[in-house]
Amino acid sequence: MTATPAATGRFGPYGGRYVPETLIPALDELATAYAEATADPAFLAEADELASNYVGRPTPLYRARRFEAAAGVAPIYLKREDLNHTGAHKINNTVGQALLARRMGKPRIIAETGAGQHGVATATACALFDMECVVYMGTEDVRRQSLNVYRMELLGAEVRPVESGTRTLKDATNEALRDWVTNVAGTHYIIGSVVGPHPFPLIVRDFQAVIGREARRQIIEAEGRLPASVVACVGGGSNAMGMFHAFAGDEEVELIGVEAAGEGLGSGRSSASLSEGRPGVLHGSLSYLLQDADGQIASAHSVAAGLDYPGVGPEHSHLHDSGRARYVSVGDGAAERAFRALPALEGIIPALETAHALAWVEEAGRRGEIEAPVAICLSGRGDKDVVHVSSLGE
Amino acid sequence: MSHSRIGLRFAKLAAEGRAGFIPYVTAGYPTLDHTRDLLAGLAELGSDVIELGIPFSDPMADGPTIQRSSQGALDAGTTVDDVFRVLAELRRTSDVPVVVFSYLNPLYARGVETFVREAVEAGADGILPTDLPLGADPDLEMRLLESPLDFVRLIAPTTYPDRVREIAHSSQGFVYYIARTGVTGARAELRSDLAREAGAVRSVSPVPVAVGFGVSTAEHARAVGAAADAAVVGSALVNRLDEGGVDGALALARELRGALNEVEK
Repeated sequence: MTATPAATGRFGPYGGRYVPETLIPALDELATAYAEATADPAFLAEADELASNYVGRPTPLYRARRFEAAAGVAPIYLKREDLNHTGAHKINNTVGQALLARRMGKPRIIAETGAGQHGVATATACALFDMECVVYMGTEDVRRQSLNVYRMELLGAEVRPVESGTRTLKDATNEALRDWVTNVAGTHYIIGSVVGPHPFPLIVRDFQAVIGREARRQIIEAEGRLPASVVACVGGGSNAMGMFHAFAGDEEVELIGVEAAGEGLGSGRSSASLSEGRPGVLHGSLSYLLQDADGQIASAHSVAAGLDYPGVGPEHSHLHDSGRARYVSVGDGAAERAFRALPALEGIIPALETAHALAWVEEAGRRGEIEAPVAICLSGRGDKDVVHVSSLGE
Repeated sequence: MSHSRIGLRFAKLAAEGRAGFIPYVTAGYPTLDHTRDLLAGLAELGSDVIELGIPFSDPMADGPTIQRSSQGALDAGTTVDDVFRVLAELRRTSDVPVVVFSYLNPLYARGVETFVREAVEAGADGILPTDLPLGADPDLEMRLLESPLDFVRLIAPTTYPDRVREIAHSSQGFVYYIARTGVTGARAELRSDLAREAGAVRSVSPVPVAVGFGVSTAEHARAVGAAADAAVVGSALVNRLDEGGVDGALALARELRGALNEVEK
């Protein structure tokens, strides 16, 4: 495995374990259990079997010809993570971590969620393994993503609304960490993105890396070559890390992460941590953050609840500084337009998060600023967003 | 024994056979004027060390009370400069040792060297970063250990024994033992095995052991004072500040101070 952080859990200078002392033994235990599990053929076989027969892998790599025509660049392939069980890439991680929790003998699972996709995927894995499940969700997101709240409850999870701070993903993460500090002995925290203290950014990336492994093989089969551009949206950055990882050693492949510019860079209403932030410590790791001069975390904004986070995974910070990946941004309006465009062109309703990546490819294609072949991670489906987008009007 | 102001205070307590009293204050809550009055009052009634908390937007180790006070202080516009200013004002009238209690990001944002220099200039004696556990960032930890401030570290009930010893040996001034697995907040009862656990930490620690998290009443203070070198009280004081203002908080502090003085060491 490449770019595995050492025992200190660093990607370049980023990452680490900036947590209350109470959690250190649990993180050590998790790192050890993860290393043992991934060296155990029985664990890997069970994970593979579930990926095939429960999650529905491999997902297709679909050539989107009408979208190509609109963007003026071809070929463009969509890696269809929306076709996974529960409708997004999130389940790749939750099934893996739930298996790990079962192996560690932890009967209780907690999670944070923004858009609700990670919450649904966690509740699903917990139902599958008969585990207790508590999901923290900001009240602002409960409002925006009410369909997913009901799905989680149907799956047997308890959804705890979080009223503190900005009432979004950041605050749900704080509350999940507080729960974990309090109940650490019997609880595993299934963190939803490549964020948090070591070893979470590593574990989540590894469970998501199947996306890029499949996509790389599939595009070589289809085109006889590697893609020139690999594109994914970035909030915390788990679908992007999962998509990028297999291509990290392919120097000729440009990796492009699309952040949410919200109401515009410079407006003070974005979630573009890499484009507008600077390094700092939040939720256990050192990474780029939106913050003020005193180090107070700024409130993020995006129309997409899953990108509405003032930080980003530490490996993305490293890829940003090293120049291996390029990070760009797309605002709310362009994302909403892409959300409306793809259904009519391809019969696929993308998540608002994913729509940021689609919008950027379309704009860059028109400007001639992207090289083909292009592979986009279609990280999730947009059913959850239909009510919210329709309420925004035309 | 350290010759810092904190070390000298603990030496004096030991010589007198008394348990120390360490109140925590969220700077700027509900206003900086309240903090000024509270600090002056706490110094006057015989606090041994004051923990001065820099409010942070995302206090993940804190329960509802200190979340509320931190957010309230930030909503009132409190900055790190303000915190250092009230500390400098306290220094005109009192030499009570002060430990600056902070999440790491405010230090990181300012630059650790700059933060430490300004804290020292304002009159701080120690620094306690909540989210910088042993081994998390050796370079940064070394810079804090070598700074003029005492670098106070935390031990949790989950910390394994080898690590307890290691943390105690790399903590300066005193070491803070967290009384329960969880976040900060006032509680009706302390853990039944607290005395044994705190005793185990004390037996391997070259520095004095302070115990906090959930210490709320005179009865708790007596129990902690018997088992450790000092008791830290935070959320209970913040709650009392909400209910009874500065005078109410100082009345509780006086009661706890009195209870700790009753303990025979």
